[in-house]
Amino acid sequence: MSNVAITVNGTLHTKEVEDRTLLVQFLRDHLGLTGTHVGCDTTQCGACTVIVDGKAVKSCTILAASIEGASVSTVEGLADGEKLHDVQAAFHEHHGLQCGFCTPGMIMASVNMIERHDGVLDEATVRHELEGNLCRCTGYHNIIKAVLSAAEKHRTAHAVAAE
Amino acid sequence: MYETTYHKPGTLQEAVSLFSEVEEAAYLSGGHTLIPTMKGRLAAPAHLIDVRRIPELSGITVGPDRIIIGAATTHATVAASEKIRSLIPSLCGLAGSIGDVQVRHVGTIGGSVANNDPAADYPSAVLALDATLHTDRRSIPASEYFAGLYTTALEPGEILVRIEFKVPEIAGYAKFRNPASRYALAAAFVARHRDGNIHVAITGAGNAGVFRWMEAEEALQARFEPDAVKGLLPDENDLMGDMHAPADYRAHLVGVVTRRAVENLGGTLIE
Repeated sequence: MSNVAITVNGTLHTKEVEDRTLLVQFLRDHLGLTGTHVGCDTTQCGACTVIVDGKAVKSCTILAASIEGASVSTVEGLADGEKLHDVQAAFHEHHGLQCGFCTPGMIMASVNMIERHDGVLDEATVRHELEGNLCRCTGYHNIIKAVLSAAEKHRTAHAVAAE
Repeated sequence: MYETTYHKPGTLQEAVSLFSEVEEAAYLSGGHTLIPTMKGRLAAPAHLIDVRRIPELSGITVGPDRIIIGAATTHATVAASEKIRSLIPSLCGLAGSIGDVQVRHVGTIGGSVANNDPAADYPSAVLALDATLHTDRRSIPASEYFAGLYTTALEPGEILVRIEFKVPEIAGYAKFRNPASRYALAAAFVARHRDGNIHVAITGAGNAGVFRWMEAEEALQARFEPDAVKGLLPDENDLMGDMHAPADYRAHLVGVVTRRAVENLGGTLIE
């Protein structure tokens, strides 16, 4: 057992967990944050994607104990009360989901992608960046539209902020 | 996953001592092969020794004719390194073609090279760029390092610390991926070294893992043009054949990716 302290969506959580506890289990089973999904459990589908210290990662393939002290963002941390995050709003507006199972991972990967590229994205880059997120409904077209729309909004907001 | 005990030593000495003191230990780096393997219960180390906090395994050092990369450096860091890109852009392209974004944020060069998956990308660069593998106890030339599928010259408990690549005059990497797994069905790293020697290393295809394709090297030595390898095929008895690609198809692909690597010198072509 290890005593693991991880900041999740801005709140520090300290839990005594088995060393084999995966980050996704830490989030779902120990913190009750079930927005992060387990799809394939084999590092392929990306449904479990969360952001650890600024990088999108697959939380089913990281030991919680190995990121002691890190800062994690999950889908639960995006909205501001009733107000959706821009990426969530764009997925809603462009119908970027069908069954919705892959959506939390898609959204976290997209949030991180837009941040890392400072909103400067084209369709080819978005498709390449989403290689690690599978949608079994094959609803990719609207997901790409949603990401590009949110990226555009990010660029505009930053351009205004810079003025 | 079976129970395990996680350790995070801060020094090389601590890690090596720990490995020798406990039973059934495994080193953990990015863990993007080891953890899925443990979840599938195909591996069950009682102790995991995380090497990522050891300072010697971090950092990228660039000299005029050498690039030295710490074993715990992630694929994303190599892919984005301007220092590396200025000398071996194909190595950045190779790193940027591994897995997907999330995998590249965690997976490490040392983990890949120590694991020696027959379809991994880095072993081809290690072999073609005549790298030296520095461990906690010795330095191993690439030509003596790879020892078959998932097997290397590393002894039990030995830690790969850094990898020293020779900067070539020019190099190219081309990969043809399995469309489902995204691993290489065949990939070629071609390098012309500053002494004029040409190395062609093939991954994804060999039934004993990465290998130097000598016939292609000879042909390219005589004439360093893409069509110099036209008509050349490796012996299909030396290649893997499986449901994804029979050996004769892989042999064909080896010819194709080698030609494409020479067509894309200074870059990377991933299909």
